[in-house]
Amino acid sequence: MSACAKRCKHGLVKFAVSVHKLVTGTLIKDKVDDDLEMTMVCHRPEGLDQLEAQTNFSKRELQVLYRGFKNECPSGVVNEETFKQIYSQFFPHGDASTYAHYLFNAFDSAHTGSIKFEDFVTALSILLRGSTREKLQWTFNLYDINRDGYINKEEMTDIVRAIYDMMGKYTYPVLKTDAPKQHVDTFFQKMDKNRDGVVTLDEFILSCQEDENIMRSLQLFENVI
Amino acid sequence: MAAGVATWLPFARAAAVGWLPLAKKTMPKPPVDKKSRNDEILIVNVSGLRFQTWKNTLDRYPDTLLGSSEKEFFYNEDTQEYFFDRDPEMFRHILNFYRTGKLHYPRQECIQAFDEELAFYGIVPDIIGDCCMEEYRDRKKENQERLSEDTEAEMATDTPLPPNSTPRERLWRAFENPHTSTMALVFYYVTGFFIAVSVIANVVETVPCRPIKGSVKDLPCGEKYSVAFFCLDTACVLIFTFEYLMRLFAAPNRCKFMRSVMSVIDVVAIMPYYIGLVMPENEDVSGAFVTLRVFRVFRIFKFSRHSQGLRILGYTLKSCASELGFLLFSLTMAIIIFATVMFYAEKGTKGTNFTSIPAAFWYTIVTMTTLGYGDMVPNTIAGKIFGSICSLSGVLVIALPVPVIVSNFSRIYHQNQRADKMRAQQKVRLARIRLAKKGTTNAFLRYKEEGGLQDHDSDSAALCLKNRSSFEHQHHHLLHCLEKTTNHEFTDELTYSEMCMTESVGYRTSRSTSLSSQQAVSSSCCPRRAKRRAIRLANSTVSVSRGSVQELDTLQVQKSSIGPQSRSSLNARTEDLKLNCEQRDYTAAIISIPTPPANTPDESLPPSPAVPGILRNSRTTSYTQEAVKISSL
Repeated sequence: MSACAKRCKHGLVKFAVSVHKLVTGTLIKDKVDDDLEMTMVCHRPEGLDQLEAQTNFSKRELQVLYRGFKNECPSGVVNEETFKQIYSQFFPHGDASTYAHYLFNAFDSAHTGSIKFEDFVTALSILLRGSTREKLQWTFNLYDINRDGYINKEEMTDIVRAIYDMMGKYTYPVLKTDAPKQHVDTFFQKMDKNRDGVVTLDEFILSCQEDENIMRSLQLFENVI
Repeated sequence: MAAGVATWLPFARAAAVGWLPLAKKTMPKPPVDKKSRNDEILIVNVSGLRFQTWKNTLDRYPDTLLGSSEKEFFYNEDTQEYFFDRDPEMFRHILNFYRTGKLHYPRQECIQAFDEELAFYGIVPDIIGDCCMEEYRDRKKENQERLSEDTEAEMATDTPLPPNSTPRERLWRAFENPHTSTMALVFYYVTGFFIAVSVIANVVETVPCRPIKGSVKDLPCGEKYSVAFFCLDTACVLIFTFEYLMRLFAAPNRCKFMRSVMSVIDVVAIMPYYIGLVMPENEDVSGAFVTLRVFRVFRIFKFSRHSQGLRILGYTLKSCASELGFLLFSLTMAIIIFATVMFYAEKGTKGTNFTSIPAAFWYTIVTMTTLGYGDMVPNTIAGKIFGSICSLSGVLVIALPVPVIVSNFSRIYHQNQRADKMRAQQKVRLARIRLAKKGTTNAFLRYKEEGGLQDHDSDSAALCLKNRSSFEHQHHHLLHCLEKTTNHEFTDELTYSEMCMTESVGYRTSRSTSLSSQQAVSSSCCPRRAKRRAIRLANSTVSVSRGSVQELDTLQVQKSSIGPQSRSSLNARTEDLKLNCEQRDYTAAIISIPTPPANTPDESLPPSPAVPGILRNSRTTSYTQEAVKISSL
C-alpha cells in the first residue's frame, strides 16, 4: 500500500511541477548544458636535456616514455581520478582504488594534486635506475602516509589492506578478514628493531638490507622499461 | 583492457617496488622480452599508399590485427614493409584509431565497406567515438532495414516463442503481435471490422430516415430501426467484452494492464451499453443515459491498437503537453483581458449581446482565432477599436506558439529516438567493459594453469607461450607479484564457490581429487550432467567461443578445445592457436567437434607437479584426471 501512496505522491508532485512550468511558460524542455569546457591545463615538461640530466634515463627512453604519457594525457598532467581508473584496469579482480590513492600521493611528491611528466619520470628513475637505498626510501615514503617520518601500525594496516583489496574476492586460499592484520604484525616484528611501535627510515632500510629476498627482488625490476 | 593503458604498464610495474618489503614470498622473475626494445618506425603499405608509424602505436591494441603478431603474416621481406591489399582511404581512419584511440566513421563511405574493413583489421565497431556513433548507427540501421525488407517477405514471423510457454503467454503474444499466428490475425481483423461497424452504426443512427407511415416528423434511423441497431450494438459490445476479458486474462501484469490507456478506452467503450441494460426505463435517468451514449464514440480510439500512426500522435501530444498547456494559458490570459475590456466598452449600449464578462468570452475567442461568426459585434467606437486590437493580437498570440510547438514536436521526437539509442549504446558499453574485465581475469587464470608461472627454460615451453604478447607477459608478471606479496592466489568464481562448499562440508581431500571424483561418478552414470557441467567449466573461462558444441565422452578423458576467439573482443587476451606443447595419448575417442579445423586442442599440462596453483583451474576434466595421477594436495 505504501508503494501506492508513494506513487500518488510522486504523481502529485509531477503535476504540481507541470503546472508550475505551465504558469512560468517554460517552452524549452531540455536543460541547458552549461558544462563549459574548462580551460585545459596544458603543461609542457622541461627540456629533454634537463630531464636527462636529472634522471637516469637516456634520451631515447625519455622519448618513449613521453610519447606514451602524452598520448594518455594530452594536457600533460594526470589527476587522481584518471590515475585511479588507469591503475584499476590492471587489477580487474579487485578494487585497486585505495592503493592507487596511496600510490598517487607517493608519486605526487609536491602534493599538487596532479602528476606531471617530471614527477612521473623522476619516480620511475628512482624505481628502475636508482640505488637500493633510494628505492627503499621511495618505498618508505609510500608507506608513510602522513609523511611524518615514521610508519606506525595504522598506516601499515591501511596500506596492507589496500593491497589485499586488489586481490578481490576469489582467492585461494580464501581470504580471511584478519589476514591484513597478521601480515602487518609479521612485518612489524621484522622491521621494528627497537620495538617502539614505529618504524623509522633507518630501521626500515637496515631490515630490508638484511633480508636477501627483498634485495634479490629489487634487482628484478630493472628492465621494466 | 583499454588500449592506451598499455603505456602505463611499465610504471605500474615499477611501482610494484612498493610491495617488496611487505612481500611474504620472493618475487617471481620478470619475463624476458627477447624482442628488440627499441622503438622503430614501421612502414605499412596499403595498396601502394605508404603509411609510417611507430611500432608502439600499433602495439597499443594488442587484440587487433595490426597490434598482434598476425601482421607478421603480411610482412614483405624484400621491401621490409607490411603490405595489405585493402582500401587505402579506409586505412587512414583505421590508423587514426591507433593514433588517437578514437575511431571515426567517415560519412561518405559505404557502411558495409567500413564494417568489412573493421572486421578485417579486428576492430570492434562499438568503440566508435561518440561524435560519430550516432551517424554510424543510423546508417547501419538504415542499411539493415533496407536489406531486411527483402527477406521479410519470406519469413513473416516474429521471434519464435520459447518452447514451453503457457497458453496464457501465447495468448498475450497473439494479442500483442497479431502477425504471429493466423488465429491472432483473424481476430485482429475481426475486431477492427467490428470497431468500424460500431462507429458507423453510431453515426448512421442519428441520420434522419424517412418517417414511418402515418407520421409526419422525420425520424432518426436509430429510432426507426431500433431493433436492428440494438442487435448490432449488442453484437459489437459482445465482441469487445470478449476481447477485453481475454486480454485481461492473458496480461502478465493485470494491475498494470488495467491501468493502461488502451484498457481504459476499452472499458469506456463498452460501459454505456451495460449501464443502459441495467438502467430502468426512467424518464429523468434516461437523460443521463443518453449522455453516456456519447462515450460510445470512444470506440474509435480502439483503432489506435491497429494503427501505429495514431499511437505516435498520441505519444507526441503527450510529450508536448507543457507547450500546449502554455499556449492555452496565454490564450486564457488574453481572453480574460479582452473580454473585460469589451464588456466595459459595450456596457452602455442598449440591447447589447455583451451581457457579462463570461458572455464576452465567446466573442473574444471567436475574434482571436479569426473565426468571426458575427453573432456578437461591438457597436460603440471604443468597442470596435478594442475589437480590432483583439483580432490582431489573436493572430499573434496563436501564430507564435504554434511553430514552437511544431518544432518541439520534431525535436522531442528525435530526442527520444536519440535517447533510446544512447541508452542501448550505454548498455552495450557497460556490458563490454564487464566482459573485458572478465576476460583479463580469465586470461591470467588460464596463463597460470598453462604453466606460465615457472621459469621458462625449456624451449618447448617458450614456444607454447610465444603467441602471448609482451604486454600480457608483463601484466601477468605484475599480477603474479601481487599474489606473492599477499601469499594468496587468484581463482575464478567457480572454484572459489566450490572451495567454500568443500570447506564447509569439511573435506580434507584436495580440491582436485574431489572434483575429479565427482567427475568420474557423474561421467559414468550421468553423461548428460557431466556434459553440462563440463561445458559450464569450459565456459567459465571462455567468454567468447564460436558456438562449438563440445560433447564429452563418458569414458575417461576428454579433450576440450576453445574455438578461436573472435577478435572482436577488446581483451588483451591471447586467443588463437596454441601449439601443442606436449602430446599426451588419451584413450577416449574424440567426438566430432563441429568447430573449424583451426582448432587445436591445447593441453599444456604443467610439467612440474609441485605447483598447486595450476591444478585449481577446473577447465577441462582431462586436466583434473591427470592431476589426480600426478599430485596429491
